[in-house]
Parts: sequence; structure tokens; C-alpha cells
Amino acid sequence: MKLQELDDSLQALKDKVISVDKTTDKRIYLTCESEKSFGICKFLYEDLGCRFVIATGIDSDNYFEILYHFAYDELGCVITVKSLVRDKNNPSVDSLANLLPAASWIEREVHDELGIEFKGHPDMRRLILADDWPEGVYPLRKERKK
Amino acid sequence: MKKKICKPVLAVGPFHPLQEEMEFFQLTVDGETVTDIDVRISYNHRGMEGIAETLQFDQVPYLVSRICGICSASHPLAYVQAVEELAGIKPPERALYVRTIINELERIHSHLLWFGLAGHFIGYDTVFMWAWKYREPVLDLLEIITGNRNNYGNVRVGGCREDIPDEVRPKILRELDKLEKKTEMLTKAVLDDPVLHVRLKGVGILKKEDAISYAVTGPTARGSGIGIDVRRDDPYAAYEMVDWKMIVQDEGDVFAKVVVRLLEVLEAVKIIRRAVKKLPAGPITTEVKEIPAGEGCGRAEAPRGETFHYVRSDGGNRPVRHKMRAPSFVNVPSFKASCIGQSIADVTITLAAVDPCYSCTERIAVVDGQKKMVHDYETLLRLSREKTARLRKEMGVEEIKLEDE
Repeated sequence: MKLQELDDSLQALKDKVISVDKTTDKRIYLTCESEKSFGICKFLYEDLGCRFVIATGIDSDNYFEILYHFAYDELGCVITVKSLVRDKNNPSVDSLANLLPAASWIEREVHDELGIEFKGHPDMRRLILADDWPEGVYPLRKERKK
Repeated sequence: MKKKICKPVLAVGPFHPLQEEMEFFQLTVDGETVTDIDVRISYNHRGMEGIAETLQFDQVPYLVSRICGICSASHPLAYVQAVEELAGIKPPERALYVRTIINELERIHSHLLWFGLAGHFIGYDTVFMWAWKYREPVLDLLEIITGNRNNYGNVRVGGCREDIPDEVRPKILRELDKLEKKTEMLTKAVLDDPVLHVRLKGVGILKKEDAISYAVTGPTARGSGIGIDVRRDDPYAAYEMVDWKMIVQDEGDVFAKVVVRLLEVLEAVKIIRRAVKKLPAGPITTEVKEIPAGEGCGRAEAPRGETFHYVRSDGGNRPVRHKMRAPSFVNVPSFKASCIGQSIADVTITLAAVDPCYSCTERIAVVDGQKKMVHDYETLLRLSREKTARLRKEMGVEEIKLEDE
């Protein structure tokens, strides 16, 4: 597959995404609302055969962002799905872990760091926080950092 | 009186003084067979992602080189490439070659270290001694170039900190020649040893479909027939400018991972030799003014697999978010696919085959119903080594012999 063909394949997602940005030829960012991210990730993994790399959770002032980084190794591309979680009081998003076991650990980590609920995750135990860390305190939230 | 039914659980970890990371494995066993595995990590959480947000862009490489003592060239390189991507910086060509040389030296010393440990786990202490002996000159070379045996701190945004002096180049080539011969001898010894074939083939198989769903990388993926390597797929440093080939084995067992790593050492020797010979003249760094707002992804092929860094800047002098992913983060969960169904004697080497910065097989407790037996690290190691010794005796093969000048 060539870069142009990859762009064409991503057209299938145009109803689901808010924007498609290319910072370089090999870095594609797909921004979407959190309800759509599961479908987009499923398409990237199952239909395009992308490899899940990692997810990054970010507290941006008005919303949370979860960045799902996928690698399309044939072309050396990194396709990042930016899922915007707008409900800051009860943040939640569909879990990828049942579809993609590779996402299980990082979803637990993002849950620890930011308190985002991953709906349908099979094993939502703590991953990185200590057992005696207080409930409801999330180290990467902005209010905590200040 | 109610009788509580407990499944026997074998606990491996969390602490081992030899390893820099703590991991804790709970193996549920049925007799000698592992039926489930649970992993707990983060006993030594260092908050690196949080710390990175408090440091300036040019300070972060020193932090991330301390993520891991072995991968202390790959992490800063991945970070620096992420920042260079977001700021549109092109480092000079000579710096790209220096980065390649240092990263390949790192791959050689990491693979040899792993190979020695793997030998130790299955009772090949000669292999352990020799592999670590051959690794030593590689660390010396790194010390000559960067000033440190580990934690090189050699990459910076826009280039490198230390150059490779011209007078060191013949020495690098000489050491590579010696190392190549010795690695060839080790590889031949492994491939010719019938006991190792029986001991490691078919053990701890990670099937290709499992490797895909667990998204493993590095030799763990290439040992399961998945031909991915960031150096080839998304070329960085000077990998596009020197000729090399990717090593892939289809079997997915421990033996395949041994072969991949040994052949990668030989390939790394070739890469360094070509890079040293082609090393272009010129500066090793370019001036960096401001880092604009934006985001970038940096990737580097560490000895254990793909290292991934994501950096976001708001135009200030520090990253506002810096995500780091080490290859073990995706390789370790794959134990669920490779360990279940294995015997306890094979678990040590199956876990070690991924080279997960660990092998903390220090405290082992078998809890069997109401009876409590406590095994320690030596027991698991002994089981593993005894199996090799038994096989060797059954096959009437003598212990591996290595020759040195």
C-alpha cells in the first residue's frame, strides 16, 4: 500500500472524525469525540491491520484527551486517534481491551493517572499506583499538578 | 466445616537485587503445569512522565536515559527525534551516523548480556562467562566515545554531544573484528548443540496471532515471524544510508528468539563497521533556538523492541506532556499467551526469552491448599538447570566447549 492509498482508506472514517491532520507524511492525527474512538480504533486494527503502540492520556483544560497511537508498519506511519472526553466530572470511554489485549495495561494506567473510566474493561485493577494511594486522587490531573 | 478450595499459586518476584526493575508474577499451577499467570508491575514507579514536564527540553534526554541502564541510548534518541519532528529540526549527517553507531553498540552489549543470562538460567554457565566477557570491550568503546559505560547522555536536540574522534575509528574496527569472530563462535556453538535444540525448541511458543494481538515488538515479534523493525519501517539516524538486513524467525519459541538476537549482534557489527567507514565529515550539532507549539512522535528500535515517545509543546521551554513507552510494556503482557501450558521448569527461560528488564525470580512461594511451601529463586533456577542436565545425560552429550585464543 502506498501513502495515497492509506489516505484513501482513511476516507472511510470521515463521518466519524472531526479532523484529519498530517504533521509530516508519516504522522497522521485523527481527532474525534470519545463515543467514536472505539469504532475508529477497531477499523485501524481489524481492517487496516495497524499495530497498537500505546495510548497517552492528557488533561487539557476543558476536556481529557486520550491519544491512541497506532503504527502502520508497512509505511512506517504513526496514526494517532485523538479521542476527546468532554465530561470532566464523569469521564468515560469504551475500552479496547477486549478487542486488543495489548491495550489492557495502558487503559489501567490511564485510569490510574487521570481517573477515566474504560467501559467494558475486563480487569480494571490498579496498574501503577500503590495499594495505599488514596481513592479519587489522580496524579496527572491539572488540579493535582498545581 | 467448610473446606476452602485454593488453586496452587507460584509467586515470582517482586524483588531481585540483580535487576533494575521489579515485577511480580503469580503463576497458578496444576501440578507442574502453569494454568494462569498474573503480572503486577510498578513497584518502583519513578514518575518520569511527571518529572519530564518540569524539565526544559534540553534537560529531558538526561532524565530519559535513566529510564533503563541498558536502553540508555534508545530512550533519549526517541525523545530527541520527537522534539526534532515537532520543531522541524534536521540534525547534521555526521550526527546521524554517530547516533547509529552508539545505538548499535548498545544493541550488541544488551543482546550479549541477555545471552549470558539466558545461558545461566538453563545451566550453561560457560556461555554466561564468555558472553559477558565479550560484552566488556563494547562497553569500553562506549566509554571511549561518550565518557560513560552506560547512561551515555550523548544525544541532544539537533545532534550529538560527543563526536567520535578519528583516532578512535581504527580501534572500533579492530574490536569489531574480534567480537565478530567470537559471536560467530557462540552462534555456531548454540546451533550445533543438540541439548540446546531439545531444551529450547518448542518451549514458550508465542504464536504469530498472539504476537499481533499483544502487539509485541523487537526480537519477541521477529522471533514469531512478524517482520517489523523501526530501523527499516520508519528509518531514523543513518539506517537508511547503510546496508543491513532484518532477522526474522518463524517458530516463536525460545530458540527462535536466541537465534534472532545472536544474528542481530552480527548484523549490528556490520552496521557499525559500515557507519564507521562512511562517517561523513562536518559538525555534529546544529543550533536550536525555540521549540514551537506542536506535537511529535519519536521512535527508535531499542534492543528489546520499539521505544516510543510522544511529546507535546505549548511553545514554552518545557514539554506539557511527554509519554514514554518502553518495549517491555507490550512484551511482558504476552506471557499470558506464551507461559500457559508450560511446565514450571520452562517458565524461567520463557519469561527470560522476552528480555523483560527483569527475571526477578527471587522469592517464590508455592501455596498448596492449607500447606504452605516456600521456594526461593534457587529452586526455580535449579529446576530449570536440572532439566538441561537431565536432557544432556539422556542424550549422552558433553557440555558445550568454547575456545578462545
